[in-house]
Amino acid sequence: MNEETHEIRLRVNGVPRAATVPARRLLSDCLRHDLGLTGTHVGCEHGVCGACTVLLDGRPVRSCLMFAVGADGHEVTTVEGLAAADGTPHPVQRAFRECHGLQCGFCTPGFLTVVAAFLEENPEPTEEQAREAIGGNLCRCTGYVNIVRAVLRAAELRRAAGRDPQAGDPAPRGPVRRQRP
Amino acid sequence: MKPPPFHYHAPTTLADALTVLGETGPHGKILAGGQSLIPLLNMRLAAPAHLIDINRLAELDRVDVDDGGVRVGALARHARVEADRSAAEAIPLLRQGLRLVAHPVIRNRGTTVGSLVHADPSAEMPAVLALLGGSLDLVSASGRRTVAAADLYVGPLESCLRADELAVCARFPRPAPGTGTAFVEIARRRGDYAVCGVAALVTLDDDLRVAAARAAYLSMAPVPHVLDLIEAVAGRPPDTADFAAAGRLARGRLDPEDDIHATAEYRAHLAEVLTARALREAAEAAVGALGASRPDPERAT
Ligand SMILES: Cc1cc2nc3c(=O)[nH]c(=O)nc-3n(C[C@H](O)[C@H](O)[C@H](O)COP(=O)(O)OP(=O)(O)OC[C@H]3O[C@@H](n4cnc5c(N)ncnc54)[C@H](O)[C@@H]3O)c2cc1C
Ligand code: FES
Ligand code: FES
Repeated sequence: MNEETHEIRLRVNGVPRAATVPARRLLSDCLRHDLGLTGTHVGCEHGVCGACTVLLDGRPVRSCLMFAVGADGHEVTTVEGLAAADGTPHPVQRAFRECHGLQCGFCTPGFLTVVAAFLEENPEPTEEQAREAIGGNLCRCTGYVNIVRAVLRAAELRRAAGRDPQAGDPAPRGPVRRQRP
Repeated sequence: MKPPPFHYHAPTTLADALTVLGETGPHGKILAGGQSLIPLLNMRLAAPAHLIDINRLAELDRVDVDDGGVRVGALARHARVEADRSAAEAIPLLRQGLRLVAHPVIRNRGTTVGSLVHADPSAEMPAVLALLGGSLDLVSASGRRTVAAADLYVGPLESCLRADELAVCARFPRPAPGTGTAFVEIARRRGDYAVCGVAALVTLDDDLRVAAARAAYLSMAPVPHVLDLIEAVAGRPPDTADFAAAGRLARGRLDPEDDIHATAEYRAHLAEVLTARALREAAEAAVGALGASRPDPERAT
């Protein structure tokens, strides 16, 4: 049986992309299989683990709980889009590395996207707010302590970069391009 | 797992959506935020032949506040309603409840009206609508009707919508002057569905005595359950009202069930404790609200 397909166009990490997908293609699978962006991980496909989180028009969403057809005409940022064009890691990525905020790395793309968006909204979080921000993401390895540290450290790095972009800390480059419809 | 195949419809006007819905009848399902429906599809617990995606109906993405209360359009995401300041000022219980709905990332996508229609007995917003005595506006190709919260819920995951009906907006009425509210719940982890949750409302009269005390329960019955608890606290000033007695009264009137998350006994215990806590917080909020609206220092406690 031939399943009916749809043409979609979206911007992924700033690049215009197109794909031909059946309506039931999850956005997570479209990113991984149709567009070859395997940084977005798929853990549960129930919305529970958070590994598949991407930014849709700047706001974090579960890519396993959206159809690719629903992203037609929208802007998606995946973990691959966080680093600067020259490859300099995003402050959140640097903080996770510094603080050992990851072990196996399976959950990491979801944490990085959520935290990057969170710090745009709340650049100076308390530890309590940092914990709340990552409350919807599961990690089986780290025990979360170093992830919470990494969130707070990322906030510091962003602030330092904001104060003095020449000081070696790159100015945080937008994972979050605000284009709310 | 992956969703089963379906025909996808993406209408751009409400009229088109209603036409498709009328044609597909029981084989069609509306896709709003997808935060409940897509997990069901992924688990293959649902397999509708047609999905009618309402995400392009920009006309439904609205939150309106007036003297009557707050109207929430079908495409207003939980996060947007939560962030709406005038809605939170008019009805603080909206934000109190929304903060407990899942995680912020789910709230970025899920809609408040979708949650009301989905009718999960553990969901927060149906309890809010029931406690406030709100309603849902339903439209179909053949007409329009308004259903009160008390008539909306038939059973777990079952509301009284017909297959051709689309819920266009929810109406949350403003509570009476002198009312305070609170929402407390116990979940295994923050953001999970609650083992027991209580939304409470206390109204004080001009002499600062309790004139109304009601609570709505989630995860305690197949549908949102509202109890009038005034008899335990009627006419008392909030600081001497026996809210613990109201908790015991509630426990006697609830009949929860065992499931994999908790025993009925534990749920009943939580209901008693949380009822007292929620009513006490609501009473404090009512005192605060009256203090703010009436500068007379003799009145303030
Ligand atoms: C991990 C996770 C945790 C969650 N935790 C909670 C929680 O703690 N509390 C809670 O309340 N919810 C929770 N939810 C559910 C969430 O609140 C959903 O957003 C909500 O239940 C459904 O809204 P939706 O817009 O996503 O609806 P959808 O998933 O799109 O639709 C749900 C159902 O309602 C129907 N429907 C939707 N909109 C309309 C309409 N306008 N007219 C007619 N029918 C319509 C659909 O056909 C479908 O049957 C959770 C979800 C996830 C994934
Ligand atoms: S794969 Fe999407 S939340 Fe787990
Ligand atoms: S680092 Fe292994 S799951 Fe988080």
